[in-house]
Amino acid sequence: MSGGQVKFPLDDLLRRDRFPHLWCQGCGLGIILSAFCRAVQEADIDLDHLVVVSGIGCAGRLSGYLNCDSFHATHGRAIPLASGAKIANPDLKVVVISGDGDLFAIGGNHFVHAARRNLEMLVICSNNFNYGMTGGQLGPTTPFQALTKTTPFGNWEEPLNLVQLASAAGATYVARWTVTYTQRLTNSIKKGLQREGFAFIEVVSPCPAIYGEMNEQGSAWQMWEELEAVSRIRDGIPPAEASLDIHERIICGDFIDRERAGYTLRLRQNRDVARQKALASYG
Amino acid sequence: MNEILTGTYLAQGDWACAEGAIAAGCRFFAAYPITPATEIMERMAVRLPQVGGDFVQFEDEIASMAAVVGASYTGAKAMTATSGPGLSLMAENVGLALMTEAPCVVVDIMRGGPSTGQPTMAAQGDLMQARWLTHGDYEMIALAPASVQEMFDLTIEAFNLAERYRLPVLLLADALIGQMYERLVIPEADQVRVENRKKPTVGPSDYLPFQVDDSLVPAMACFGEGYHFYVTGLTHDESGYPDMSPQGQGRLVTRLCAKVRERAGEIIRLDMYHLEDAEVAVVAYGMVARSARRAVDLARERGLRAGLLRLVTVWPFPTRFLDGLSHRLKALLVPEMNCGQLVHEVRGAARGCSVHSLPKPGPIPHSAEEIMEAMEGIEI
Repeated sequence: MSGGQVKFPLDDLLRRDRFPHLWCQGCGLGIILSAFCRAVQEADIDLDHLVVVSGIGCAGRLSGYLNCDSFHATHGRAIPLASGAKIANPDLKVVVISGDGDLFAIGGNHFVHAARRNLEMLVICSNNFNYGMTGGQLGPTTPFQALTKTTPFGNWEEPLNLVQLASAAGATYVARWTVTYTQRLTNSIKKGLQREGFAFIEVVSPCPAIYGEMNEQGSAWQMWEELEAVSRIRDGIPPAEASLDIHERIICGDFIDRERAGYTLRLRQNRDVARQKALASYG
Repeated sequence: MNEILTGTYLAQGDWACAEGAIAAGCRFFAAYPITPATEIMERMAVRLPQVGGDFVQFEDEIASMAAVVGASYTGAKAMTATSGPGLSLMAENVGLALMTEAPCVVVDIMRGGPSTGQPTMAAQGDLMQARWLTHGDYEMIALAPASVQEMFDLTIEAFNLAERYRLPVLLLADALIGQMYERLVIPEADQVRVENRKKPTVGPSDYLPFQVDDSLVPAMACFGEGYHFYVTGLTHDESGYPDMSPQGQGRLVTRLCAKVRERAGEIIRLDMYHLEDAEVAVVAYGMVARSARRAVDLARERGLRAGLLRLVTVWPFPTRFLDGLSHRLKALLVPEMNCGQLVHEVRGAARGCSVHSLPKPGPIPHSAEEIMEAMEGIEI
């Protein structure tokens, strides 16, 4: 090794000069980053044509560690920004990686419509049940009665089931994993990357430094152990039945896997129709 | 299918804007329906697929503007069109386009406001919104067409400025200009001057996405070209990486402002009418400038040496020019279809003569007689 620089297996996929990353100890985002990199390698994705877009928040920083074209967009707007890129250049492999608040609170409407359109992109949501970057506020997936900085007496709202929403909106691939299923998560990301349609993967990821601390879930180690203990794999069950209770049961698996024509494909078909009609009307 | 529909037409302003965009090379359009800008998107829905471009109606204006930024980073010339309420929703992502230096064009066909206001009626209430749309420090470029012909010509100019300076350029037209029909001449394709963004001359290993030369405008690589660059709305350094140092903030926002301020002389376009010997001059833009031109003729027939300065570029503001002009005049009159916005900018610039406001909230623009009488009423 020249210059004493040790070469790691994922080096080609990472911006080495951006490390160490800014995530807290015990956070699941590092696992998501490495699972994503392995999936990109295994799926043999051309890095020159890979674009990763993220929004704002802890997960929003993930795109900045990847050695490909990447964009750190405004809060909640990763999906429409990625949509513009994919539509304008369908040869790109477009991925959105962001958090539950970014994708489902402020950005929820865009998620629904991108899934409905079946835009060819993979969306990975790191679900840590709160807003970590701003210090632990209520999010759209915060469990009922959980403590956050803005629900100091317990959350009186009910959380959204992300996989159920994704399925109802029309996603062609829908899965949920916890970060403890690293190999299955990697395989799932690989599937999502290879799909020519809207693919969605929810990754349940612990936030011991903030959410865990507020809810007295113990050390990072204890949180990860609990996550492993309550998770069960139920491939193929209806997403509405894929419950998520972080203390009782987290249902993981591939829930939806179906084919539907992708959006940019349909846009190309629209061009053909438009040209034919124009030729007919102008002679 | 023809990309430039050379010929002479009786055309609507919004239609002319769409044709101007296509002539300038626009191949991506994202928008949400809104009166009185909808005809632009309806025309784009017909024309873009014919010329190999992409038209998308998004779920809202926020998504539309975000998509325009994403498309711009693939190398596409991208545009959106809206009216005041939609422009308010686009504000944050127009800021993203400014911060990430994504060339694009944003069309605002102004209607009465605030809020839902008078959707089908004209106003000029968005002048200051066009300047200060998003938070933070920046310079905007905004062009104000006053005819259907200028809806075509200035849309092309907006794309050229966006590509040259790498920023979002606003086309600010009042609803009367967007909705009116008049003569439009679309020139031969070889008569249309089109500029394209500067591309990197170095390979990926030497490329710094926000490094600049004397132009202060960085060369732009696009997604999919192998440059593996990172773009963020955070304050960033030359490499594109976040920079939270005090010096980093100063360097970036100073450059973003300077790249426009230092070229203001090249950017600003003014239309001058009888200013050479004028004692009293009108400063106006858009539909009001048309009444003002007639008012100058009427005033001259009655012996008043009147003139008109029509702002074709409203931002950056021609501060230095107006100051110089004011020292040759006795008074300036500022008619505008709002409660008084442009007049403050004129007062700030013109230190050599008195400045008089003639506000008139829309939807009816000032008549030539109203402007002439106001000129005659000024004691000089």
